[in-house]
Amino acid sequence: MLLINSFLFCGLICMIAQIILDNTKLTPGHITSLFVVFGAFLDSFSFYDKIIKVVGGGALVPITSFGHSLIHGALAKTNEYGILGILMGMFDLTATGITAAIIFAFLFSLVFKPKN
Amino acid sequence: MYEIKKIGKTKNGDIMKNEKYERIAKDHQAPNPRLKNAIIAFIAGGMIGLLGEGIIELICYYAHMSRSSAGTIMIVILIFIASLSTALGFFDKLVTKFKCGLLIPITGFAHSMTSAALDYRKEGPIYGLGANIFKLAGSVILYGIIAAWFFGMIRFFLGGKI
Repeated sequence: MLLINSFLFCGLICMIAQIILDNTKLTPGHITSLFVVFGAFLDSFSFYDKIIKVVGGGALVPITSFGHSLIHGALAKTNEYGILGILMGMFDLTATGITAAIIFAFLFSLVFKPKN
Repeated sequence: MYEIKKIGKTKNGDIMKNEKYERIAKDHQAPNPRLKNAIIAFIAGGMIGLLGEGIIELICYYAHMSRSSAGTIMIVILIFIASLSTALGFFDKLVTKFKCGLLIPITGFAHSMTSAALDYRKEGPIYGLGANIFKLAGSVILYGIIAAWFFGMIRFFLGGKI
């Protein structure tokens, strides 16, 4: 069931992005930034967590989950450190994605030559 | 529109030519496949979501890990696949085919970073690679952090159980 939900949710997000891309002048850069902000907004009242419970991995894959994990880590740290926790916990959950992307981008740029 | 009127006043024949040209151009224009694009993006994005959930379930089943750590490994695997296929040069072709289906999942983030790194490496390690690796992915990180900070502050001051 989680597999089907993942397919539907991730597909729906991508379809909304494609519809925005086709019907407005926004570029993919605008849309990804917009979706990150939207993901952060959805999780400010833990709504995205409920989506992840229902959908499973399919909700972790779209870029909206990046915004969700930024604010989720920040809010989780506030329990311990108060308002300073927002600054301390910002990257707690997203660190894996960003670090992995930087490392792979760096290593592959050393090994491979750009095509075209 | 102004051009056609101007020509129509001077030469009557040209206005026919213009209308004819427009009609022919319309016939030969590629049909704007918005519906087709949306369906392709739905299926491609859905497949990536399915792949993500499938990887999580495989890791949970065979390696007996918790769902959260399996999710982390899944993200790393997807980023690895996207970076490698960008470096090998066929991710761009897939993007022109599947469009937002590949750009909105985390693969798009990895793709933007790897392609910037590949393109600017020849300009040197500091002002080329170092300065430009976040050229495309930087906006996602910047606005993500600003939004998370802003909404986090609002949430914090509203109080209640976080």
